[in-house]
Amino acid sequence: MNLKVSTPTKVVKPSRRTFIDFIREQPLGFIGLIMIITMFFAAIFAPEVAPYNPEDVDFEASPALGGGQPSWEHPLGADAFGRDILSRLIYGARTALSIGFFSAMLGCTLGAIIGTTSAYFGGKVDLIIQRLIDLMLSFPIVILAIVVIAIFPKTVVVGIDINVIIAIAIPFTPKVARVIRSQALTIVTLPYIDAAKAAGYSSSRIIFRHILPNVSAPFLIMLTAFIGQAILLEASLSFLGLGVVEPTPSWGLMLSGVNSDYYRTAAWMIIYPGLAVSIAVFSFNLLGDSLRDWLDPKLKL
Amino acid sequence: MSVSKIKKYNNDVLLDVLNLSVTFELKNASVKAVDNISFKIKRGEFLAVVGESGCGKSVSALSILKLLPPKIAKIESTHLIFDGVDISNWTTSQLREIRGKRISMIFQEPMTSLNPVLTIGDQITEPLITHLKLTANEAQNRAIELMSMVGIPEPENRLNQYPHQFSGGMRQRVMIAIGLACEPDLIIADEPTTALDVTIQAQILELLKDISKRLGIAVIMITHNLGVVAAYADNVNVMYAACIIETGSSNDIFKNPSHPYTIGLLRSVPRLDKSREGKLATIYGLPPNLMNPPSGCRFAERCPIYEKQCDNSPALIDNVTSKNAKVACWKTDFAKVTGAKMYASNKKTKKSVPDVNATPILTVNNLKQHFNISLRSGWFTSKSGKVKAVDDVSFSILPGETVGLVGESGCGKTSVGRSILHLNNPTNGDINFQNISMNKDSIALVRRDMQVIFQDPFSSLNPRMTIGKILEEPLIVHKIINDKASRLKRVNELLEQVGLYTYMADRYPHELSGGQRQRVGIARALAMEPKLIICDEPVSALDVSVQAQIINLLEDLQAELGISYLFIAHDLAVVRHISHKVIVMYLGKIMEVADEKSLYSKPQHPYTKALLDAAPVPDPEIEKNRKRTILKGELPSPLNPPPGCVFSTRCPEYTKECSKLTPPLVKFTDEHFVSCIKVKEFNA
Repeated sequence: MNLKVSTPTKVVKPSRRTFIDFIREQPLGFIGLIMIITMFFAAIFAPEVAPYNPEDVDFEASPALGGGQPSWEHPLGADAFGRDILSRLIYGARTALSIGFFSAMLGCTLGAIIGTTSAYFGGKVDLIIQRLIDLMLSFPIVILAIVVIAIFPKTVVVGIDINVIIAIAIPFTPKVARVIRSQALTIVTLPYIDAAKAAGYSSSRIIFRHILPNVSAPFLIMLTAFIGQAILLEASLSFLGLGVVEPTPSWGLMLSGVNSDYYRTAAWMIIYPGLAVSIAVFSFNLLGDSLRDWLDPKLKL
Repeated sequence: MSVSKIKKYNNDVLLDVLNLSVTFELKNASVKAVDNISFKIKRGEFLAVVGESGCGKSVSALSILKLLPPKIAKIESTHLIFDGVDISNWTTSQLREIRGKRISMIFQEPMTSLNPVLTIGDQITEPLITHLKLTANEAQNRAIELMSMVGIPEPENRLNQYPHQFSGGMRQRVMIAIGLACEPDLIIADEPTTALDVTIQAQILELLKDISKRLGIAVIMITHNLGVVAAYADNVNVMYAACIIETGSSNDIFKNPSHPYTIGLLRSVPRLDKSREGKLATIYGLPPNLMNPPSGCRFAERCPIYEKQCDNSPALIDNVTSKNAKVACWKTDFAKVTGAKMYASNKKTKKSVPDVNATPILTVNNLKQHFNISLRSGWFTSKSGKVKAVDDVSFSILPGETVGLVGESGCGKTSVGRSILHLNNPTNGDINFQNISMNKDSIALVRRDMQVIFQDPFSSLNPRMTIGKILEEPLIVHKIINDKASRLKRVNELLEQVGLYTYMADRYPHELSGGQRQRVGIARALAMEPKLIICDEPVSALDVSVQAQIINLLEDLQAELGISYLFIAHDLAVVRHISHKVIVMYLGKIMEVADEKSLYSKPQHPYTKALLDAAPVPDPEIEKNRKRTILKGELPSPLNPPPGCVFSTRCPEYTKECSKLTPPLVKFTDEHFVSCIKVKEFNA
């Protein structure tokens, strides 16, 4: 049977957009992407890009002795030990980006899965998961991270500290789970979920194929927001001696500790690392926002 | 500039719109939502504007008061004379003088058009205080007066209640009261009853008509329901693709429709008052995209009598036969003569008939679906209440049969469907499908054979999956076809089967129209080759011409594949057209069951009679001579159903026994069962 129901109009192919369209439609997102790529490159090729070794000490350039102002020699100045800040920022991007990105990604993904599962099953499952989340939310982030670090043995893979990533990811999980659950609750009631149930699809299929893709908007927003938080949290952990340890360069470490004592006499010591964190977070936010719009099929015209 | 200072030049015509156009300037396109329309409305006239969704009927009404977003909507007109004054160039602050005071609006959604944090009293008195400068006390008295005028009981007490304490019908009455507050000259009602049940719809429309007659208020009613138009309107404007294509008195339009579109529209609605004559007439295709409208007659692409001439735009000219009717078609005369034959009406295909002696594919016995809800009764205490959404319902469906399930919202018809599908696990009762007694576990065995189509084509498809992926998924999950190439072939087959094009497989749902999406929903159900499809209001969100296409499709599929349907709907005419057997539900209980013919021609239960009475028929002749018994009141709370017969609180035949006895479903004839203690009396 072939019903003739609609007039054969010209077949207009819906345009599936290319990367060029992304640049044209989301210029801000593209800028964010370029900045992120630049940072990643700088981090990967740090030995080639950085003017100094980040651990080289040059006491003459130390602000404690009145030196270290930004100059041709040290474009962004030098820190209390006379180490070149630009070089330390470039090397620090390694820790910042890896820990920031991976821990936010891990935390948000776990949170999204827990949140959608909780919303999908509802009832007792929801109740128990939500009370566990309440429990986790009642601890300050840092305390929770310390506990995790204490439990897991230190593991370093390709120069990335895995247990710091886990320690930072776990406190994010309950927060993301809460937000994603509320979004998923509205999706669970929609007919297409009922249709999937009526078609006999398994619960995991419904969660992963039908609900999760539809909560990507809050997911991306939280992901980009938590990247910034993760970088700062890494700093706190480092300050407590639990994360990255001196003299390894890390943006967080550069912002804290002895460096912050110089905010009056040598402000560059905290301004530039602060700027680095802000720019990184800003770029991820730009990219995240435009990805959210870009990936929403309803906004495609 | 005050209205009274301007000389009134024609006192008879209240609103004279000439060459009104509205263009929406979007980011990368401009859409002409209203294209050069002109119409007049006299004082006290009841004008209906009909058309399918997206044809510009709401926009044209909103543009009169410039209630459109000013940055993107460009409103142009030669003149827009309201009560002798040209208001086309008025600024927003000038218009505020007449908004709500002389022209008031009633919107479609009574649920959202009232502010939930203000009391009803506040909202009715607001226009009185701002426009008429009444004091709070005067306003309150007037509000009470208005509320009793629109039939809200105990207005003094209800004045201090909030919108959530009102039902949908009552809220719409409040909206009308607000609209009437300043004694306007014109009320614009934008689909005022679309969200309401038939019995409530009849109450509201009677009220509106009565008020317009008594107070001499002109009404512009925007609607897509042709029955409503025939019953209440004096004059009708038919709109299509941003233009008025036909206008005339409601008699002209319904008796002698002259435009092929109007003819098609009238022919594509199933009739409540007539038995099925064959397949529904359908208009091919979809309305044109207004971003890029066709240059000639806008209907040309879908018109069955298209000719070369139609590539030029026809003007709205006087209709030859009727005095005040106008039509925009080159071939009006021809259309009139051939009207009866247009749209392939000779296809008098019979409904496929199920084998009465076959064993039923689905038997439902004593199905109960109760929901426990907790109600707060004090600060710290709560008591639990029980909503009996479905209470002791039994029926069966034969292979290849369509069983219609009708009733007003809240009667439990959707819950019946959901419990059969085990989307909600039934509280009690026995559901037997293909000789398998179903429960939570055995449902998995029959998932494939029992499918569902939902009402809302917008939310029943996952927006993040392409159509192809949606249709392929069940084939993968149920391991129906294991290799990719044959799966894609099957997807194409399914698309063709439901009348879609194969290239649509890589579209996303939002790229399709509502009707096309509903077809995808049907294709998804068909993918699993089911024996039974539960159709939960499958056409109620669609336009009439599309509705007819979908109904015909469902019938064709039944004839070809022998599928059974449980067709849940509130539209009695559609149910009459498609069903073999009809079940009428009220408050969780079955009121009447019968084959289609006897139910509609000899309804026995007072509720069925009232339902049939309330639904308007698209024929002004019949409507004029019809005497309605309109049901009073509203559906009682399901938390606290009346004792005895659940319908007793609204029944026109009520006597004391009704509150004592719960009537069983008794046999009236072999195929006709009624649940009313008085049925025997009616017959005697």
